[in-house]
Amino acid sequence: MAGYRNGRRPRAAALISGGLDSMLAAKVVLDQGVDVEGVNFFTGFCVEGHTHAIRKRERSKVKRNNALWSAEQLGIKLHIVDVIDDYKDVVLNPKHGYGANLNPCLDCKTFMVKNALTEDLVTDGEFDFVITGEVVGQRPMSQRSDTMPVIARESGAGDRLLRPLSARNLPPTLPERQGWVDRNKLYGFHGRDRKPQIALAERYGFTDYAQPAGGCCFLTDPRYSRKLKDLWDAKGERDYELDDIMLLKVGRHLRPAPNYKLIVGREEGENNFLAGYRHRFLHLRMVSHDGPLTLIDGRPNADHLTLAARIAARYSQGRDAEAVRVDACHVDGVTEQFVVAPLAPWEIDPRWHIGT
Amino acid sequence: MSAHHLDTLGLLCPLPVIRTQDRIKTLACGDTLEVVASDPGTLHDIPAWCRVHGHVLLESAQQDDRFRFLIEARH
Repeated sequence: MAGYRNGRRPRAAALISGGLDSMLAAKVVLDQGVDVEGVNFFTGFCVEGHTHAIRKRERSKVKRNNALWSAEQLGIKLHIVDVIDDYKDVVLNPKHGYGANLNPCLDCKTFMVKNALTEDLVTDGEFDFVITGEVVGQRPMSQRSDTMPVIARESGAGDRLLRPLSARNLPPTLPERQGWVDRNKLYGFHGRDRKPQIALAERYGFTDYAQPAGGCCFLTDPRYSRKLKDLWDAKGERDYELDDIMLLKVGRHLRPAPNYKLIVGREEGENNFLAGYRHRFLHLRMVSHDGPLTLIDGRPNADHLTLAARIAARYSQGRDAEAVRVDACHVDGVTEQFVVAPLAPWEIDPRWHIGT
Repeated sequence: MSAHHLDTLGLLCPLPVIRTQDRIKTLACGDTLEVVASDPGTLHDIPAWCRVHGHVLLESAQQDDRFRFLIEARH
């Protein structure tokens, strides 16, 4: 297929999340003779790669980047784009609000489509259209018949946005009208049923693909969202840096008082990750027993610091000991030594746990 | 042809890949880039990224918790 455009084949940017739908959507168009390149946006809220890297017990899992894996299966280039800073406005000021948690799905998809079209990824000209793996009725916020046109309109893509898996449920787009792709070879999937996608994957010979619903975002996680909201409340403003949102993915978070919180490593991998921040945070180190590394975010007074040491000791191997020695290491290099009685389980106020 | 170095220690994937991608864009064909990383995910991701973009992975090595890659840029 793929009628020529200005003497060359049409070019499409495919949003590749690493999930099945985006891979199938790209494949459907690729098979019609269109030059397709993948685009994957790194927002800082991605789940799997980081979690695997941080947690020791996850290290037996394959640590592949599923977007790269998808691109390799498709035989296309993949541009991974750091949008951490630009994405803040999507998270902090979503025009269309949040979903069930702090997930701004509609604004997020709009942002990605807009940036895929305008990203300077090709050397000799722009992309002619954008491909997504969206399916009408599949997601409660961004993939509804009434919201999908909003994405097309507000991204500026208009009829240059093609959803190959659901195209036959939608008005013909520019690539269809121009004859760059054959509408009859596109699909009319709709709803949450995954069987059509799984059948198409089988037909293409795709196996071992990532979770069928696509890439996962921490913002859809209620526990993570509560921790992010707590961060904003504690800062007194809705803002974040990459390190803030990375640390929300790691450890137990406890806030015994408004002016400080503890991030307690849960296992060796998390302790190693938290150790990378030890020069920037007041932190607690177990001395007499094996135990977690604990970062303290905020400004605890002397009483708070003693309580923090008792909490951290609770999660150490000395939890049943009468006394545990804990070093509090300040960012200026000063170390305070504490000998504390670990808190009993019933002494930890459940309200201190953030996100649970 | 010239040799370049990129330190991604402490960064988690995909940031080491993104930094590699952005640095390679600035190099001439035939230049080499040595990348050092601490995220085990790079063991899979950097070779995959090289294959996808047609760059040549000349060497890949692991020592303790550090990983080293030597890439030849092909544009």
